[in-house]
Amino acid sequence: MKYATTRTGTLVSVIALTCAMSFGAASAQESDITIAVSIPAATHGWTGGVVYHAEQAEKEIEAAFPNIDIVLSTASSATAQVSSLEDLSATRDLDALVILPFTSEELTGPVEQVKSNGTFITVVDRGLSDTSVQDLYVAGDNIAVGANTAHWLADQLGGEGEIVVLRGIPTVIDDERIQGFSEVIAETDIEILDIQYANWNQDEAFTLMQDYLAKYPNIDAVWANDDDMLLGVIEAVDQAERDDIKFALGGNGMKEVIELVMAEDERTPISTPYPPSMIKSAIYMTVGQFNGQAPMRGSFLLDAPLITPENAEQFYFPDSPF
Amino acid sequence: MTTAAAPVATAEEKRRIRWADLAPFIALGVIVFIGILINSNFASSANLINVITRSAFITIIAVGATFVISSGGLDLSVGSMMAFVTGIMIMTMNGLAPSYGSWAIVMGAGVALVVGGLCGLFNGLIITVGRIEPFIVTLGTMGIFRAFITFMSDGGSLPIDRSLREAYRPVYFGDFLGIPYPVLITLAVVLLGAFLLYRTKYGRRLTSVGSNAEVARFSGVNVSRVRTLAYVIQGLCVGVAAICYVPRLGAATPTTGQLWELQVITAVVIGGTLLRGGRGRIWGSVAGALILEVIANVMVLSDMVSEYLVAAVQGAIIIIAMLAHRFTSSR
Repeated sequence: MKYATTRTGTLVSVIALTCAMSFGAASAQESDITIAVSIPAATHGWTGGVVYHAEQAEKEIEAAFPNIDIVLSTASSATAQVSSLEDLSATRDLDALVILPFTSEELTGPVEQVKSNGTFITVVDRGLSDTSVQDLYVAGDNIAVGANTAHWLADQLGGEGEIVVLRGIPTVIDDERIQGFSEVIAETDIEILDIQYANWNQDEAFTLMQDYLAKYPNIDAVWANDDDMLLGVIEAVDQAERDDIKFALGGNGMKEVIELVMAEDERTPISTPYPPSMIKSAIYMTVGQFNGQAPMRGSFLLDAPLITPENAEQFYFPDSPF
Repeated sequence: MTTAAAPVATAEEKRRIRWADLAPFIALGVIVFIGILINSNFASSANLINVITRSAFITIIAVGATFVISSGGLDLSVGSMMAFVTGIMIMTMNGLAPSYGSWAIVMGAGVALVVGGLCGLFNGLIITVGRIEPFIVTLGTMGIFRAFITFMSDGGSLPIDRSLREAYRPVYFGDFLGIPYPVLITLAVVLLGAFLLYRTKYGRRLTSVGSNAEVARFSGVNVSRVRTLAYVIQGLCVGVAAICYVPRLGAATPTTGQLWELQVITAVVIGGTLLRGGRGRIWGSVAGALILEVIANVMVLSDMVSEYLVAAVQGAIIIIAMLAHRFTSSR
């Protein structure tokens, strides 16, 4: 299956490139800077948001700077992403590559290969195994996502209470969020009753929350570590008609949850951003390096400020799928 | 299942077969008993109702899968198909809501059944007319349906119109005389499925095709039609499951129904249906689906297993249940 996808992926990109090359000959004079953007395909909410924001950035930048050509490529697996990198660098002279790698280990070598042609490398979100490969690193702060939520929750509960936590898919991202959260909670008298995986899936979160509610007669708050899961959690709490749950919190800044925050919902008054729009920050910064010669080498860590009714507008993208 | 080669069953064999038929229900009983021992909250009516209600989707789809598998086929596309049908249904409802109000729900449900049936027909025709292995065909359509729902939702979520949400919600959360609607719908599907499989000519033809397609062909059974119909039944079941699913969370996402095909096949096989075809056990599939859901529930309610090892324990329990089944039925 994976083999088939890669093959089709390669085939499609070959066709696309053939078209692009015959096209490119005519437009080569006007766009003398080529920036490739390689991101995962839209397979769930967050990556759906990444694709949306990358497309927006492409439109905005190409309209503002006619001399810059942005080539967007999505891949459905790490292998497909490696193939598309090979295709991109073999057929074009890339000035810069903005990449959100599927996995750190598998992509480090191929990105290094691209760099050896003198391409400026911007890595987004997931770092490569060898950080010397990147010129610019743009990422959110997963530890802060957990820690900021925990600080807020500890304040609201007065430093004591009983809570349950839902984890995502076993990955570094999930581990860091849980680490940030539990380190802060450990300093308070709040007890984490239970913590289980629900794989960042709404249905599984609904089921897991039903089970938590059956197991524990009193739960003061629930943290879902992701807004997609939070929606399932809220549905389960509503069904059980339990009013002991004072707060149900998520994270990521999904638009449905931002709408709850804007409406000053009592149970979900805040969220914490881990915005897919960070791909946009990365593309803009990379363009700055070339177009304005603004120095951009280094690491840029996005903060995770609380999303409150006052600032929710800034985090709200009604047209984005996420 | 009357083929020319079938031996005359002795009284002893009959008893043995009955015992084997009961195995999934005994396994379910044992797991429920363990659940009660582990946590007193397990037996609370709220918990039991939750567990039975949410097993409805897998059970309904498993009824269809019992038909497909006992005909000697396999359908890997059910999870993706379910997400696709859900997506089409939500888009139809949202489109019709301004002009038809709550009637849009009924129309959407009708569309779900039609689309489900057509998806099944598509699978069935490619398998029978195109003569391609069901594994390959449904692996292909699994990818196709999954891509369609991702496309329809832009990789995000496809929510139902707010005006319909409240009117439709009771279909999952409401109850009649204390029995939740999804359970009643499941019961209706199971009774209909059992009738079709055990009491009609079609059901007998289906199992004969599953046990030996050549013999069935020589006895005048239209093998292709019987097989294709099994996939259509599977598609209709997916449509019914979608109707119960949408009111729960009110949205379709690219992860809707992910890996459900494996749960469905596991439920059917635990229930005593032969994976190579020729024997279908509708009630067994129901027990199988409940076993899976109860195991997951007991895992959360117990504090004995680390969250990292839950899936390993679930897998081990399923294998042990099957081994016990084999042990009792081969004696």
